[in-house]
Amino acid sequence: MPVNPASPYALKSVRDRWAPSPAGLPPKADEASQKAGPLPAGHQEVKIKIAGMHFHYGATQALFNINLAVPTNHVTAFIGPSGCGKSTLLRCLNRLNDLIEGTRVEGRVELDGMNLYDPQVDVTDLRKRVGMVFQKSNPFPKSIYDNVAYGPRMQGVRGTGVLDRLVEESLKGASLWEEVKDRLHHSATGLSGGQQQRLCIARALAVQPEVILMDEPCSALDPIATGRIEELIFSLKTRYTVVIVTHNMQQAARVSDRCGFFLMGELVEYGDTQTIFTNPRDKRTEDYITGRFG
Amino acid sequence: MTRAPLKAFWKSGELFVWLTASGVALSLLMIGALLGLIMVKGLGQFWPADILEIRLADGRTLIGQPINSETIPHSTSQAHPDGKRRTRFRVGNQDAFGYDFKWVDADAVVAQAKPFDLTVFNRREWGPLYGRVRALYREAAPVAEGPAAWPALLPLIEQANRLHERIHRIEHDEIGEINRRLESLRLQRQALRLDNRLTDDETTTDLGLQQTMAGLEEEYQRQAATLDSLRRQAGAYEVAVSLSTGQEVRLPLSKVITALRPNEMDWSLKTLTYLGNLWEFLSGEPREANTEGGIFPTIFGTVMMVLIMTVAVMPFGVMAALYLREYARQGPLVQLVRIAVNNLAGVPSIVFGVFGLGFFVYTVGGTVDALFFPEALPNPTYGTGGILWASLTLALLTVPVVIVATEEGLSSVPRDFREGSIALGATKLETIRHVVLPCALPGILTGLILAMARAAGEVAPLMLTGVVKLAPDLPVDGQFPFLHLDRKFMHLGFHIYDVGFQSPNVEAAKPMVYMTTLTLIAVVVLLNLVAVMIRNHLRKRYAASAV
Ligand SMILES: Nc1ncnc2c1ncn2[C@@H]1O[C@H](COP(=O)(O)OP(=O)(O)O)[C@@H](O)[C@H]1O
Ligand SMILES: [Mg+2]
Repeated sequence: MPVNPASPYALKSVRDRWAPSPAGLPPKADEASQKAGPLPAGHQEVKIKIAGMHFHYGATQALFNINLAVPTNHVTAFIGPSGCGKSTLLRCLNRLNDLIEGTRVEGRVELDGMNLYDPQVDVTDLRKRVGMVFQKSNPFPKSIYDNVAYGPRMQGVRGTGVLDRLVEESLKGASLWEEVKDRLHHSATGLSGGQQQRLCIARALAVQPEVILMDEPCSALDPIATGRIEELIFSLKTRYTVVIVTHNMQQAARVSDRCGFFLMGELVEYGDTQTIFTNPRDKRTEDYITGRFG
Repeated sequence: MTRAPLKAFWKSGELFVWLTASGVALSLLMIGALLGLIMVKGLGQFWPADILEIRLADGRTLIGQPINSETIPHSTSQAHPDGKRRTRFRVGNQDAFGYDFKWVDADAVVAQAKPFDLTVFNRREWGPLYGRVRALYREAAPVAEGPAAWPALLPLIEQANRLHERIHRIEHDEIGEINRRLESLRLQRQALRLDNRLTDDETTTDLGLQQTMAGLEEEYQRQAATLDSLRRQAGAYEVAVSLSTGQEVRLPLSKVITALRPNEMDWSLKTLTYLGNLWEFLSGEPREANTEGGIFPTIFGTVMMVLIMTVAVMPFGVMAALYLREYARQGPLVQLVRIAVNNLAGVPSIVFGVFGLGFFVYTVGGTVDALFFPEALPNPTYGTGGILWASLTLALLTVPVVIVATEEGLSSVPRDFREGSIALGATKLETIRHVVLPCALPGILTGLILAMARAAGEVAPLMLTGVVKLAPDLPVDGQFPFLHLDRKFMHLGFHIYDVGFQSPNVEAAKPMVYMTTLTLIAVVVLLNLVAVMIRNHLRKRYAASAV
C-alpha cells in the first residue's frame, strides 16, 4: 500500500512506528502535539471531529446530522437507550460498517483533520490507528500470546524479541500480565470472561493505536470484572484517546470526561460529563439520566 | 380402565424412544451382519484345512478339502425326514480332472480318513493339486523315492522359489529396463524424423542413437541367455505325485509355490501358515486371472487414487467455497450456483465417467500428447485412461461434497472473529487466512472425509478412465520420474467385480471376492480414521471460544 508522504493522508509507516526504541514501547502518536509545547490549561486538542454526519443502513437511516468533537487523551462516552445508534456511530470511527453491505455515510468524520471516508484513505491503516474492543469478548481460538501478537504480525512485525516485548507491554497495559505470564501459550479460551475482555484490550493495544473504541465492554461481566476494566479505562487515557459506548449511566459518570446522549439516531446533548449529569440542558437528557425515560 | 395407562404411556414418549432406538439397533444389526458375513466367508480361505481321503460306494476314491455342505433340495423322504446331505469338496487337479470342485452325497461315502501323507501343492498355474508324493526326479533321473522324497522336496521347493524370484526380477527389472531404454531411443529417433527430413547434425545424433541401441540389443541377448539357463535350472527337478485316481503326474518344481501336509500340522503351525497366507494375500501380486495370489497392486492403486483425488479436490473445492461464501455478492445468482453444485452431487457417477473420458482422456490427454509426446503417436501417452484422469474425474465427482462442507464450516465461523481481526487492521485476505480458515478447518476436513469415502467406493467412472484388470506396473516405482500419472492402475472395487464375475473359476474366486471386499472396507475405514484423527486434533486446537 504505497502512501504518498506528501499527501495529507499519509500515515506513518508501520515499521517506523515499531522501530525499536530504548524506552521500550515506540514513541506515541501524540508525541508531536506534546513537542509543540504544553497546551494551555482548559484547551482540548480535537482527535476526532464529526460534522453533519448521516448514516444509512440501506433504506433505513440510523444516524441524523451528528456533530461532535472527541478530545485527545480523554474518555468520551456515548450513552442512550438501546437501538439509538451508539454502536453505529462507534463503528463509523474505524469504518467497520464498511463490512455491512448497503451502508452509506454522509458528512465528515475526521481523525486528526483527515476525512476518514475519503476514497484515498487506506482503511486497514486507519484501523491500526483506531483500535476496537467489542461488546462480547472475542479472543481468537489461539494462544494468549498469539492473540496479542496477531495485529503486529499482520503488519509484518517479525522477530521473537520484538514480539515478546510487545506482548508483555500490551498485557501489562491491559493489567493482565500478572495473571497470564505463566501461561502465555495456553489457549485464550480458557480465561474467564473479564480476563478475555482485558485480553481483547491488550490485543488492541498491541497494534499501537491512537484511539481505542469500546462498545459496551462490560455488559457481559460481573461487577468485580467491570470494576477492573473501568480502572483500566481510566489509566488508558493517559496514552490513548478512548471512546466508550455504554448503557450504564453510572459507568459513564465514573469513567468519562465527555459524554454524548443519543436518542433515536440523534445526538441530543454533548458536553462535559459533569455538566451532563448534574445540569443537563435538554429535558430528554434529564429524563434519561434520572431514570424517568420511557 | 385400560385407556388411561395407554394414554399415559403414549404421552410419556416412551414409545417414541423405543421406535428411535430400534432404528439404531436395526442399522447396527445390518452393518454387523454384513461385516460378519464378509469376514466369515473371506477370512476362512487361508486356513490350511485338513485333507480328507474318501472311499465312495462306487469304488472310487477322492482326495480333497471340504468347503461347505447342504441339504440336497427335494430330498426329504421316509428314511430321511430332514433330507439328505451333501458336501462340496475342493479336489483340485483341474488340469487332470477338468473340474476343481465336486459335490459328494453323504450316503455315497463308504469310508473317510485323514492320512498324514496327503499333500496339497499350491501351483503357479491350474490351482491346487492334491495327492501323495511318490518320488523326486532330477532331469528324469530319480533322486529320492517313497518316504525319503518328502523331506528332500521342501528345500528344493524353496530353492525353486528363489530361482523364480530371480527370473522374475531379470524379466521385469533388467530386461524391462532395457526395453524401456530401447523404446525411449526409438522415440528419440522418431522425434528427429518428425519433420520428415534429417539435417547433418540430426544424422550424427541419429547414428549415435543407433549405436546405443545396438549396444542395448547385445545386452538384451546376454540377459536372455542368463534367463534361459536359469529357466533350465529351475525346470530340472520334478516331483511325481499320485492322484486320487491312482494316476501319476510329474510336476516341475518351478511350478510349485508351496507343498503342505495339513493333516500332520499342529495348531500353531497352521496358525503360522494362516498368517503367512494372509500376508501373501495383502502383499503379493495376483495370479491366475486374479483368482489367486495377492491384491497388493489394487490396494496401492486405490489408496494412490484417493490421495491424488484429495490433492486435486481440496484446493479446488475450498477455493470455490471461499469465493461463494466470502467474496461473491449473496443473491439469486449465487443461490443458483449453490443449487447447481448441490445437484451435481446427485448426478450418477457413470455420467462423470463419460465426462472424464471425453474431457480429460480424449481432449486434455490428446492435447498433452500432441504437445509433449508427438513422437510416440499414434500410441497415446496421456491420451488414454490413467490414474491421473481417474483421480481428476473422481475429484469432479466429489467437489460438491467439499464445497458444501466448506461453506458450512465457513458460515459457522462467528462474525465476532472476523470483525475482531478486521478491527486490528488485518485485510480480508489475512482475516480469511489466519482466522476464518483455521476455524473452518474441522468443517472442511469433514467434507474431505466424506469425499474420500465416496471416492474410495466409486467404481463405475473408473472403468472408463483408467482402471484395468491387471496392470503390469504400479503408478509409483523406482524409475524416473517415480510417479507415473499416465499409468493405468488396479482398484479394489473393480477387482471385486472382475474376480467375482469375469474369472474362469468362479467357485475358487468366491473367497477372494469376500476378502477383497473386506480389504476395501478396511482401506476406506483406515483412510477415514486418519482423516478423523487429524480433524479431531485440529478441532481441539481451534475449539470455539466459550465465554
Ligand atoms: N446491520 C444492520 N442493518 C440494518 N440495520 C441495523 C444494522 N445494525 C443496526 N441497525 C439498526 O440501526 C439502529 C441503531 O443500532 P445500534 O447502533 O446497534 O444501536 P445501539 O448500539 O445504540 O443499541 C437500530 O435501529 C438498529 O436496528
Ligand atoms: Mg450497541
